[in-house]
Amino acid sequence: MVPDAPSTRSWGRAFADIRQGFADRELWGHLGWQDIKQRYRRSVIGPLWITISMGVTALGLGLLYAVIFNNDFATFLPYVAVGFIVWGFINGCLTEGMETFIANEGLIKHLPAPLTVYALRTVWRQTLMLAHNLVVYVILLIVFYGDLSKPAYTLSGKLCGTEGAGFCHPGLGWGALMAIPAFVLIAINGGWVTLLFGIISTRFRDIPQVINSLTQLLFYMTPIVWSADTLFAGTHPNRDWAKVLFQFNPLYHFVQIMRAPMVGQQVSMVSWSVVGGITVVGWALALGALRNYRARVSYWV
Amino acid sequence: MVSIDVWNASVDFPIFDAKTRSLKKLVLGKVGGKIGTEGKVPIIEALNDITLSLKEGDRVGLVGHNGAGKSTLLRLLAGIYEPTRGSARIDGKVAPVFDLGVGMDPEISGIENIMIRGLFLGMTRKQMEKRVDDIAEFTELGDYLQMPLRTYSTGMRVRLALGIVTSIDPEILILDEGIGAVDAAFMEKARDRLSDLVRRSGLLVFANHSDEFLAEFCDTAIWMDEGHIKAQGNLREVVTAYKGRDPFENFSQETLRRIGQSPALSTNGGDHA
Repeated sequence: MVPDAPSTRSWGRAFADIRQGFADRELWGHLGWQDIKQRYRRSVIGPLWITISMGVTALGLGLLYAVIFNNDFATFLPYVAVGFIVWGFINGCLTEGMETFIANEGLIKHLPAPLTVYALRTVWRQTLMLAHNLVVYVILLIVFYGDLSKPAYTLSGKLCGTEGAGFCHPGLGWGALMAIPAFVLIAINGGWVTLLFGIISTRFRDIPQVINSLTQLLFYMTPIVWSADTLFAGTHPNRDWAKVLFQFNPLYHFVQIMRAPMVGQQVSMVSWSVVGGITVVGWALALGALRNYRARVSYWV
Repeated sequence: MVSIDVWNASVDFPIFDAKTRSLKKLVLGKVGGKIGTEGKVPIIEALNDITLSLKEGDRVGLVGHNGAGKSTLLRLLAGIYEPTRGSARIDGKVAPVFDLGVGMDPEISGIENIMIRGLFLGMTRKQMEKRVDDIAEFTELGDYLQMPLRTYSTGMRVRLALGIVTSIDPEILILDEGIGAVDAAFMEKARDRLSDLVRRSGLLVFANHSDEFLAEFCDTAIWMDEGHIKAQGNLREVVTAYKGRDPFENFSQETLRRIGQSPALSTNGGDHA
């Protein structure tokens, strides 16, 4: 006699996985912290290395690209640094997220736990890294607050409205708090990215390689070390094309919704809509994958 | 109500990185599950058409050759593998102890491993902090608990794993073979704790090759062979059928008295499924 055999593939089980995963927040919270502590276990200054390496990278590249693009480094350096910090989070969710189940093979095969726990562990770890990196932002804010809070500042340092000045930005104000909902939205996206790409990558081990080789390209395609302002200020004959084309890079919008408020720039509604749309579509795909292949992951790892 | 029900469950592993050609030869082998090669991806049929029903109070021993499907069955019962065909329902808080090297992080200390294992088994941090002293005392690991797990011997890992699962009152306890790695003195100590736990927690499934361990903890047994249940029933009968001799004959009077068995077996063979 088989009393209403519970099917492996059901929405109920997929949602139960997510619900149970969130309920185990002590578990993934602890694991996420453990990951950070573990990475710097025997180093003297520990997780402070996260902050230092971010600071050094942002400073070096900020100076370099400020010179290359002929920008004012007082406003360009914070722009590059914040771009880096946000990119670091997105990149971490993508590259570590897609390998989350592969990396947790031992635990998955030895202890019954919802898959969502491992996804949340990854996103939480990235959040902690981001928190460390925000120290760099705070320092830059103290140093360059005057330049960033000036109304109608430009990244080029030229007076707003003059030839080749590029965009005029409203300057830093209370609008900076919009970075908080922006981060929450990006983190929510981190959840589906980890679940969906995690499941796909566990089954098809070529996918991590493909994504890894693409992230470097995506980094340069996305305005992080360069600014969209440069496109608008420049005089290259093809710049009209470029202005439109970079908008098709979804990662630009992800970076922009969080970075812009933090450096006193304006976010277009297009960016919020694109990110909002991707959130809905992404979670729908991730839920579908979770429903159909959740039970297969322990077979595939 | 603590129970495990499995209906016509099969577990098939896809092996993505195996070459079908070389595996064909293995089909002739006697060890391991049957290897199916119809599809593009070779499949190992680790478990085939398993139906069983375990309820509160059951103490089941699992016997069978290497590769007969014991560990896979334990993983199925623990809810780690969901059946590829058929279905399974597990009611109760499961605490599994598998291969003891894996599933614990060798780089972090024993204490931290206790915490993580406890959280995985559904405890809160506070509850685990309260139990750390108890685990430290039971395992006799003392200051070693501060050391990274990679410095532990196999026996010490078993102690740690047993210390954790026996301290958290699970409803379903699932133990794989590794347990044998501890010394006799510790096993004596673990025996009381385990039998106490089994009395309280309801359900034990235990895979082991040692007659003594099986006799000590289990009253029924399942004989796994090539991925299906060959026999199931009274421990003594099943083990006698499996080994071809009565394992209890060699036990000392003292052991027999403790487990409440008579020296001679009246019936022969298990009830074959």
